Amino acid sequence: MPLPPVPDTAITLGASASDWRAAIGLVGAALTASGATTDEYSHEMIRMIEEHGPYIVIAPGLALAHARPGPAVLHDGLAVATLTTPVAFGNPYNDPVRVVLGLAVASAAHHLSLVSEIANVFNDSDAIARLAAAASADEVRGILGASA
Amino acid sequence: MRFAASSGRQHDDSIVKIVAICGAGLGTSGILKVNTERVLLRLGLHATVVATDLASLHAEADDAQIILTSPEFVEAIGTTFADVIVVDNYFDTSELSEKLERALG
Repeated sequence: MPLPPVPDTAITLGASASDWRAAIGLVGAALTASGATTDEYSHEMIRMIEEHGPYIVIAPGLALAHARPGPAVLHDGLAVATLTTPVAFGNPYNDPVRVVLGLAVASAAHHLSLVSEIANVFNDSDAIARLAAAASADEVRGILGASA
Repeated sequence: MRFAASSGRQHDDSIVKIVAICGAGLGTSGILKVNTERVLLRLGLHATVVATDLASLHAEADDAQIILTSPEFVEAIGTTFADVIVVDNYFDTSELSEKLERALG
């Protein structure tokens, strides 16, 4: 299963965020703007971290924000935000974060094929740095292998 | 490679069971599952790999040999007979490979 489309509305480049909540708010707003989720999903992603800690910072400089499937998810979606000034999430190994992905999955049943595609992209150790330096939405889609 | 049946938890002593834990039971733990399966294939090792959330941990992990997770969950996992392996970089398959080989070797 390919990644969901990543339209321009799902991409925020060179943003600034005062803290990790604001950083997640960027991809939350982008998921909503692209039609994948309702506003509530942003809060759900933040609650996951409030409850469990910054475990979503899964590689140096990269946060994979997500919550569970539910009424806030309208369809599968992926949003990308790059931060001009890296933001600390409190993760012991992978702080500070330069690239935030927001992932919304409509159904748990097919999420593995979707994360498998994400792994294909990021198992290339250059992908995070290339995304952080991306200057256009097309460049981001090129790195992700996603359509608009 | 064997995969866990989604409904049952049939126990099979000959198959190592690995459980990947995260807060939602998908997303981050899904990435761990996918990359663990890739590493096991490369190492020629066989195991059942399950992604789950913390709430389902005790149902899934009572017959697991290995639990893969982030540092944030170690305390919540608590006492277990399984080896708890903390993964720093979920996309670094050489880190995963080294840690899995040490645990299964």
